Amino acid sequence: MREELFMAGIGGQGVNLAGQLIGRAGMNLGLSVSWVPIYSPEVRGGSSTCTIVLTDGRVGSPTSERPTSMVLMDPKSVATFIGRVIEGGLVVINSSLVREAPPCDGCRVLMVPANDIAAEIGNARTVNMALLGAWAAGTDVMSVADVARALREMLPERHHVHMPDNEAALERGAEIARAAR
Amino acid sequence: MTEAATLINPYPEALTDVEMRYCPGCTHGTAHRLVAEVIDELGVKDRTIAVATVGCSVYAYEYFNTDAVQAAHGRGPAVATGIKRVHPDSVVFTYQGDGDLASIGMGEVVHAAARGENFTIIFINNAVFGMTQGQMAPTTLVGQKTTTSPRGRTTAEAGWPIRVCELLNTLEGPGFIAREALTTPPRIRSAKKSIRRAFETQLAGEGFALVELLSTCSAWWGMTPVEAVYHIEDVMIEHYPLQTFRDRLAEAGRSEGDGNA
Amino acid sequence: MSEERRRAFISGNEATAEGGIAGGCRHFFGYPITPQNKIPEYMSEHLPLIGGVYLQAESEVAAINMVYGASAAGARVMTTSSSPGIALMQEGLSYMLGAELPAVLVNMVRGGPGLGNIAVAQSDYWLATRGAGHGDGRCITLTPYSVQELHDFTARAFEIADRYQNITMVLADAILASMMEPCELIPRREMDPPDRPYAVGPHDSAERERNIVNSLWVDFDVMEAVNLRNEERYARAAAEITDWDEFGSDDPQILLCAYGISARICESAVMRAEEAGVRMRLLRPKTVFPFPTQPIREWAERVDAVLVVELSMGQFVEDVRLAVEGRCPVDLLGRAGGNMPSVTDVVNRVREVATKAGVSVG
Repeated sequence: MREELFMAGIGGQGVNLAGQLIGRAGMNLGLSVSWVPIYSPEVRGGSSTCTIVLTDGRVGSPTSERPTSMVLMDPKSVATFIGRVIEGGLVVINSSLVREAPPCDGCRVLMVPANDIAAEIGNARTVNMALLGAWAAGTDVMSVADVARALREMLPERHHVHMPDNEAALERGAEIARAAR
Repeated sequence: MTEAATLINPYPEALTDVEMRYCPGCTHGTAHRLVAEVIDELGVKDRTIAVATVGCSVYAYEYFNTDAVQAAHGRGPAVATGIKRVHPDSVVFTYQGDGDLASIGMGEVVHAAARGENFTIIFINNAVFGMTQGQMAPTTLVGQKTTTSPRGRTTAEAGWPIRVCELLNTLEGPGFIAREALTTPPRIRSAKKSIRRAFETQLAGEGFALVELLSTCSAWWGMTPVEAVYHIEDVMIEHYPLQTFRDRLAEAGRSEGDGNA
Repeated sequence: MSEERRRAFISGNEATAEGGIAGGCRHFFGYPITPQNKIPEYMSEHLPLIGGVYLQAESEVAAINMVYGASAAGARVMTTSSSPGIALMQEGLSYMLGAELPAVLVNMVRGGPGLGNIAVAQSDYWLATRGAGHGDGRCITLTPYSVQELHDFTARAFEIADRYQNITMVLADAILASMMEPCELIPRREMDPPDRPYAVGPHDSAERERNIVNSLWVDFDVMEAVNLRNEERYARAAAEITDWDEFGSDDPQILLCAYGISARICESAVMRAEEAGVRMRLLRPKTVFPFPTQPIREWAERVDAVLVVELSMGQFVEDVRLAVEGRCPVDLLGRAGGNMPSVTDVVNRVREVATKAGVSVG
């Protein structure tokens, strides 16, 4: 098993923290894991990207030429990066900001209205949780519960009051993925 | 010496018996002696660490009979900071010339002073680079001839001499700052008082202490030792006034350090 | 080590800082520079809580001289920086080698020359292995390739530094600094002060002579003796701590040589050997001074060619060539300025190098 998850968004969307969360959840599952904020020539203009490798073997290169899955949070990231996903790979797109996904031959696209979900839950900070919920349910690496557990570990105690909101967002995202399967 | 004889001024324990290599007439020897006497009087020889720097006094570690560290040019205050932060109970002093302190080491001394690092600096200002054979220093007076200002220092070419005490006196960190001159016996006695005060300031934990000593360099001033003393009295003091700029112990109404760092 | 380790998901910078603390570091002097600022931030948070000292110096020049003073005073002391800052420290490093003082230095290398950029690079290889300022001295240099190794090597660097009375450098890069991986943390513990009979400090003069820490040796023979002692240390280090790892085919046609982040890319290339149609083996130094000359030389007798991958225009490759001594062709895949070769780039170059060496590529 080797999952190479690429995440991209604009500054402030919590791309890096979401990626670290998946890395930590992978570690909890006993996987070899790396998280790296990626420097690549096309990353300019306030984009924030990271790559998470999760594998039962050696991580080797922590960067990815052809990610096996992607979470793309804004229109520019979608336009820039979607073509790099492998054939059959999963692409989770924040459809609250990206109304229409560009054509992506052979990849599985999940449109998740993450900002709308967060608004309905009443907690703007859960946007990336809705996307991660869809990613977790759309791949076979970890469960939504694994993501939630890692989040609880990462959050300072005083923020644990927000766990129900985050779990709700994860579940709403996961439902979209399950429905698409 | 007979058994009955008593030396009024015994040779300081804090000086080794190594023969000093300073030029005849140079006041480095006087400065060393004053520092050593103060170390002896305060009874801190075994916890004193001298930081020798680069310049004529580069061999100071051979002369002071204490633990010693030789530092790179200008870096004495940084090295002293490292030592003092490891051993807060030690007594640390740097011995620096004007090239070392006011030229290449200006950054280190200003920041050590600003942090109020609790050590003492003996700053020898003879307005010339002695060891490297008489080049212009940052404290060289306007008009003064050196081997790199052969027609005399001009402000158009080299700007103005730096008054270190006045500059450091703008900072909150220092606990003691004074300028003295190693010329006449009364001035030398006054210099020793300031040196003692600078060590007492450290012992009392009152922060950075610096004593600037106007010193002769008859060799590179092209003067006899006596002429050099008059040069300080007649010319240098006018530009570098003798003064105690800061004395936090006095402000606090304490005449002596309490002996505890 | 047999003690119970706690597992954490942390960045290379944090792992390095905690590794320093685990290695006994209680004094840290540094100046901020990207991409290693998490280290001084971590130290400023943690050291004062465990009786240590963190001090932000006014420059890297001052920082390394504070390290010099603290080491002379007997402390396990460390500073960390990135390329331009390490360049500024060269003077102090030379003085420490002349005074035979131990300390730990970390370089999270970034792109250069000049102000360069803050991206990944390995272009300070010469600065690390040939550097340490003027004179003949060298830094013992460790090259981790993961967050775990950053932690472990930094902790071990303190023991190495004292064992050889020599600066020990951990040489990593901007990606290793910022990437996060699981890391088994060495427990913190109280350690005896290092055995430094030469250190200055308060003492009873009836019990020992005064100590002088110095790098000024006017007498030719005394100065030469310092150099001979250093050479003897480096020979001892070569025999005792030279370290490397190997991965891949036991009967390779191509030997890949890379350290640090480049070795990670090469590891992935080796995992694609079957697809490449070339039998490959990766040899990655974990120390580059002392350098694993012998194993590289032995493989050079058996392989058709060596391919060096590094993030510079060719520095590490020179040591590989010195080890190979013409036994087989040595080629270089070098990138710079923040760029890295992809795994595919490495695989393709392996095929080219193999073809050129007369290997029938599958």
